[in-house]
Amino acid sequence: MNKLNLEQLEEKAKQLRISILNMLYYAGSGHTGGSLSAIDILTVLYNNIMEHDPKNPDWVGRDRFILSKGHIAPALYAILADVGYFDPKELKTLRKFGSILQGHPDMHKTPGLDVSTGSLGQGLSIATGIALGARSNNDTYRVYCMMGDGETQEGQIWEAAMAAGHYKLDNLCAVVDCNRLQIDGKVEDVMNIAPFKDKWLAFNWNVIEIDGHNFEEIEKGFINASEYKGKPTIILANTIKGKGVSFMENNPGWHGKAPNKEELEVALSELS
Amino acid sequence: MFIIENKIDLKHPELRLTREGYGQGLLEAGEKNKDIVALGADITSSVKVDMFKNRFPERFFNIGIAEQNQMGIAAGLSLSGKIPFVTNYGVFLAGRAWDQIRTTVCYSNLNVKLGGAHGGISVGPDGATHQALEEISIMRCLPNMRVVVPSDYYETKKATLAAAESYGPIYIRFGREKVPVITDENTPFEIGKAYCLRDGSDVAIIACGAMVYESLVAAEELSKEGISAMVINNHTIKPLDRDTIIEAAKKTGAIVTVEEHQLAGGMGSAIKEVLAEECPVIVKSIGINDRFGESGNPLDLMKAFGLTSGNIVALVKDIIGKKNK
Repeated sequence: MNKLNLEQLEEKAKQLRISILNMLYYAGSGHTGGSLSAIDILTVLYNNIMEHDPKNPDWVGRDRFILSKGHIAPALYAILADVGYFDPKELKTLRKFGSILQGHPDMHKTPGLDVSTGSLGQGLSIATGIALGARSNNDTYRVYCMMGDGETQEGQIWEAAMAAGHYKLDNLCAVVDCNRLQIDGKVEDVMNIAPFKDKWLAFNWNVIEIDGHNFEEIEKGFINASEYKGKPTIILANTIKGKGVSFMENNPGWHGKAPNKEELEVALSELS
Repeated sequence: MFIIENKIDLKHPELRLTREGYGQGLLEAGEKNKDIVALGADITSSVKVDMFKNRFPERFFNIGIAEQNQMGIAAGLSLSGKIPFVTNYGVFLAGRAWDQIRTTVCYSNLNVKLGGAHGGISVGPDGATHQALEEISIMRCLPNMRVVVPSDYYETKKATLAAAESYGPIYIRFGREKVPVITDENTPFEIGKAYCLRDGSDVAIIACGAMVYESLVAAEELSKEGISAMVINNHTIKPLDRDTIIEAAKKTGAIVTVEEHQLAGGMGSAIKEVLAEECPVIVKSIGINDRFGESGNPLDLMKAFGLTSGNIVALVKDIIGKKNK
């Protein structure tokens, strides 16, 4: 797969945002805000970082990606379709009966998924297990896991963080989409997770902080993570929920809501 | 119906630990297949995984006291091509990690094996918190999950080996105490295939786990009073051997189910689900009746909670009077 330069990444992410908004409009429900905050990171990951082959989704040597915050499936489906795992026409079937695109990721229905997710807090354990198995098998692929910042209120995340640090899994790179909002409001008001960086340091992780909408920083973050030895790496990506659409940005109301016809038109006009 | 002649000395049975059967089975499975790995949760020797750990230290991963993470890591290991065995006390394995089992292991249909120790009231002095009485119910309702409750040392070993050799999630339940050995190294074992240990025509006693032995003792007592009781070792709760159960119901017209587990949702419930639809006969069940356990020595608890051969004899007599062949 050809890597994209910064301009191409920016254009690609814009197209993927349009794809996400259309998909959610057709579905009539789904998670818009987090899909838009995470898409820049996914754009870099699937185009410039991960070793994978959309023509051969079961290739054993592929890098793995676990979407722990499974509700932003629209973002993942947008990128999987774009890089060629399935026909982009399928995107209009999101959340419909019989679709290969379930409301939350189903590995047996969607090509390119490494595991099914949707119950928050479980992905980092799965990623830790894959990384542990890969090391035991002498496989050299890397394991990526994306979480939400609100999701880290789940205790299991910290059980997994402890285990990955304990086992020094430097083939594991997790990224937190820190959009600072969850359904009930601001993460810091609902259940404060700060000091966030210190927590990961205390659990024996290499911590990298980036602007999750700056393509250069995203790419550099993942490269630095892959070069770091002796610890797993966590990338804390500061993002804006609903990024790219003015009336969705920083509005928790857009966590689990799809745009209607008028909202879609306004949103698309802002992106074009 | 598959009949295995029982040559057990009911009065003087050999007593062995089922958890040791699990540990030995895991060790032997590990010798056969290098992809088998085991996950610990700080109770490695108690659940007899230390044999595997000592033989294959590089294939054993201690996850500490973190059951949900233990399950998630096992799921990940299976995705990397391993065959992980997750062993823990049943309360914590099936209960604490239930959503991880449901949504990560079963929904994705991953090749994760669960060894649930300390099943039943006979766990004894540790009391209600550690006596697993609900796992059969909460595991058998999960799509893709299989549930096996072997009766003795050898059957637990064979169930563990069979789990290693067949794809998909499976829950193997075993106890804490030594229990009578009623099978041997050569007794056939197949997941999903119940068998008859004693033929009979007046009633069929269908049991799992250590209650199979109690049922054999009860059948022997009943024979002295002229009652002919069939005894079935129903070691697999899911997939349930419907054919054998229906055949037993047709032949005897009366069923008593026996398990060391809550009545709600357990083996007895599973059998009633089949018979109510396929062959309605009178069915009565022995098990824990909607209450928690308590501390005590195992034998006293089995008596106090109505799980002895004497309780089976009494229920059989009751049901025989009511049956309508």
